[in-house]
Amino acid sequence: MSSHDEHHGASLRTYLVIFGSLLALTGLTVWVAFHDFGSFNTPLALVIAGVKGTLVVLYFMHVRYNSRLVWVFAAAGFLWLMILFGFTFSDYLTRDAAEATVQDVPAWPTR
Amino acid sequence: MSDPGGAVLHQFDDLDQQVEAGRLGMWAFLIQEVLFFGGMFAVYAVYRHRFPESFAEGSHHLDVLLGGVNTVILIGSSLTAALAVHAAERGHARGIVTWLVGTIVLGGAFLGVKAVEYSHKFHDGLIPGSGFVSAQFETENVEVFYSLYFVLTGMHALHMVIGVGIMIWLIALTLRGYITKERQQYIEFFGLYWHFVDIVWIFLFPLLYLLGRHG
Repeated sequence: MSSHDEHHGASLRTYLVIFGSLLALTGLTVWVAFHDFGSFNTPLALVIAGVKGTLVVLYFMHVRYNSRLVWVFAAAGFLWLMILFGFTFSDYLTRDAAEATVQDVPAWPTR
Repeated sequence: MSDPGGAVLHQFDDLDQQVEAGRLGMWAFLIQEVLFFGGMFAVYAVYRHRFPESFAEGSHHLDVLLGGVNTVILIGSSLTAALAVHAAERGHARGIVTWLVGTIVLGGAFLGVKAVEYSHKFHDGLIPGSGFVSAQFETENVEVFYSLYFVLTGMHALHMVIGVGIMIWLIALTLRGYITKERQQYIEFFGLYWHFVDIVWIFLFPLLYLLGRHG
């Protein structure tokens, strides 16, 4: 677990491969956006962005080379984000269906 | 107690412990940042679900070319930041300064493109508020999209400005000879911050610029 007398990051070659992959995935996400995949356009965009973000976290941010505890911290950030999204969306993104059947659902803010 | 470069602060046993504690502290800060931006992404999702056509129409007014160029610039700046950390791990002061200057140049280019985009929006009457010209759109509530566009990209740009300030400070420390191999974590922790800002943009680019581009 020595960190000061070893190089714990990635090699130069790894950085360049990750950089190239990120550029290719950027091109892919633009290509996907200009083609009609029906309701899958947004999920595809999010999956590509998720892959790009994971590459950055694992290699540029060195999580792949860090201790298990750093893995836990990085995963905790993602977990808490999913809790935030999960509870928010389980309310707001289901209101249209609820409004059709129940009368006293909180109304949308009006502009 | 080994302290080769005189870099260990008195509350730590050794350099390994100090580096690991600092690294976890930096990640705890980044978790907070994830949730800060996550709240805004959640608002985006809720209103996009509510006004899907308005979001697609608003997005159509953004310049995909400028947004795409900025994505490439920012990914490039993440590479130069990673190379600065790479140099710091080996105690190469010149490498640190060179790659941090490169990161500042790319970050500045990103902010310059952003300024051009913002001024276009200003001229087109797309600044939310009393000056917003909603008559140019077929759907209502495009202003909601632009409110989120300016809040999300504005907060992102603010993070980049802060990052540039930190880099200037780190370059000064390096030139004074303070950043030795034992103090490489200064550069490493800045790198974590800069890469996080890059990840935010990786999600902002498709979610803001690439809606409703097909058909």
